[in-house]
Amino acid sequence: MLGYIFKRVLLIIPALLFVSMVSFSMAYLAPGDPAEILLMSPEGSPSPEAIDAFRVRMGLDQPIHIQYLRWLEKVLHGDLGYSFISERPVADAITNSFKATLKLSLVSMIVSIVVSIPLGILAAIKHNTMIDDLCRLGALIGVSIPNFWQAFLLILLFSVHLDWLPVAGYGGGDIEHMILPAITLGTSSAAVTTRLMRSSLLEALSQDYIITARAKGLPERIVIGKHAIKNALIPVVTMLGLNLGFLLNGAVVTEWVFGWPGIGDLVVDSIYQRDFTMIQGSILFIAVIFVTLNLLVDISYTYLNPRIRYESVD
Amino acid sequence: MRAWIKNRNIFIGSSITVALIFIAAFAPQVAPHDPTEINPMVRLQPPSKEYPFGTDHMGRCILSRIVFGSRISLLVGVVVISGSLLIGIVLGTISGYFGGLADDLIMRLVDGFLAIPSMFLALALAGTLGPGMFNLMMALIAVEWTSYARVVRGSILTVKEQEFVEAARGLGASDLYILVHHIMPNILSPIIVIATLGIGYAILAAAGLSFLGFGVQPPTPEWGSMLDDGRLFMRKAPYIMIFPGLAIMITVLAFNFLGDGLRDELDPRFRKEIPH
Repeated sequence: MLGYIFKRVLLIIPALLFVSMVSFSMAYLAPGDPAEILLMSPEGSPSPEAIDAFRVRMGLDQPIHIQYLRWLEKVLHGDLGYSFISERPVADAITNSFKATLKLSLVSMIVSIVVSIPLGILAAIKHNTMIDDLCRLGALIGVSIPNFWQAFLLILLFSVHLDWLPVAGYGGGDIEHMILPAITLGTSSAAVTTRLMRSSLLEALSQDYIITARAKGLPERIVIGKHAIKNALIPVVTMLGLNLGFLLNGAVVTEWVFGWPGIGDLVVDSIYQRDFTMIQGSILFIAVIFVTLNLLVDISYTYLNPRIRYESVD
Repeated sequence: MRAWIKNRNIFIGSSITVALIFIAAFAPQVAPHDPTEINPMVRLQPPSKEYPFGTDHMGRCILSRIVFGSRISLLVGVVVISGSLLIGIVLGTISGYFGGLADDLIMRLVDGFLAIPSMFLALALAGTLGPGMFNLMMALIAVEWTSYARVVRGSILTVKEQEFVEAARGLGASDLYILVHHIMPNILSPIIVIATLGIGYAILAAAGLSFLGFGVQPPTPEWGSMLDDGRLFMRKAPYIMIFPGLAIMITVLAFNFLGDGLRDELDPRFRKEIPH
């Protein structure tokens, strides 16, 4: 077990090193010279002296591998540099927006759990009935609906027509501003969890111990509630950790549409503004969070499910 | 084959897919108007006999734009999946069949790509490479290929230890012969399933990136960017956003139906686990 965890942690290092190279090279993938683009003003192109001065100030005059190593050294010390645009520390901007993302993600997760677990159980108990069909169709729609379109439908109904909820914005992070983005963000994870809950419970119900419990004459309520659901929940709970990854992906568009000042919104805006230090920092940060999450999920899964413990890591 | 027709998911999914391909192929015949024709006289018209889905802020026929948009979405979906399959199969095969250092290197590369949440990676790549359909497809291939490489590698690892492969090797078959004649047929099923689901995902992600302005550029009719166009007129003319969104959802839903149905039929493990 310890050996497995150690090996698993060790494998993170090359992955993150790769991520650091990818995020660093973002600035160089872009067509054009970042210094020139950034200094472009309505009056016309910047003077060559101004471009040179900016390059020296931002360290863009060094060879690329030197720039990378310098950047990496700073990053390892927790310094992600300063925004090209606002000249604020990148780390501050990322921490602030990640708090907003975390808040929204947790609420979305609650929304998705509250909807998906009962629906999944219902579908499994009413297996092969109309109710089961409807739950499955709903889940399939949930993974197929474009989140930006769903956001629009929700805004149209609840904000424009009924005027119950604000159209967009953070509004101090109160619940009113969070409802629509949380529903939008939680939908696909709710859909996936419903399906998993359903199939997991169906599998549990076909196990020998359920037959035994039924043969003992236990009421169905106890057979399902006490024996089947308890066991069926194990994969679902581990999956919830992975769902946070889903939520991060969904956050890109959802936060932008609702003007929620999270990390997704930050990345989209930084790309619009070609704020390369901000893009580099946020991608790296997101990757660290994501990799850590996956690690925790893997470890807890191994802990809960001893069968996979001794298999190879990859 | 009969089971395939009986499988409701496959039936629904393939019917919609065939209809979509038909619409895309015969777009000029199906669409009532020129999708890029600007007509200031009929701006923001609600759905009518002449314009069944209404017109947008430039007076363009929304139905016609959706019809032509199907070409873009299907093209992006198919190109992204073909590219990802190609890279995934080649690298996955090298990794799984030959093992050793190549396996280690390829798997570390996969880990690296998987370390960034896919939408962030696709967005960052599409955003920095610059807008356009080619860059969009490149960005999506970069996030999609890893799952194919992993599935191919995993399947090969299990298949290559089987007795029939040993037997073929004992008879003097070459690596290439074994790969093509013994291993490929056995890993085809999982690949078909994830490729089908992958097309849906690619279409969804492409629409999302185009919606943000990083994908297909105007005036090309594309569903995601049509939604972006409609945002400003949301209150006045909600139909501008309703129909393109519906088109995306139905298309993605079709591939998800198809993928789910194919998994039920092709994956024996799944068939055993979930009785139908």
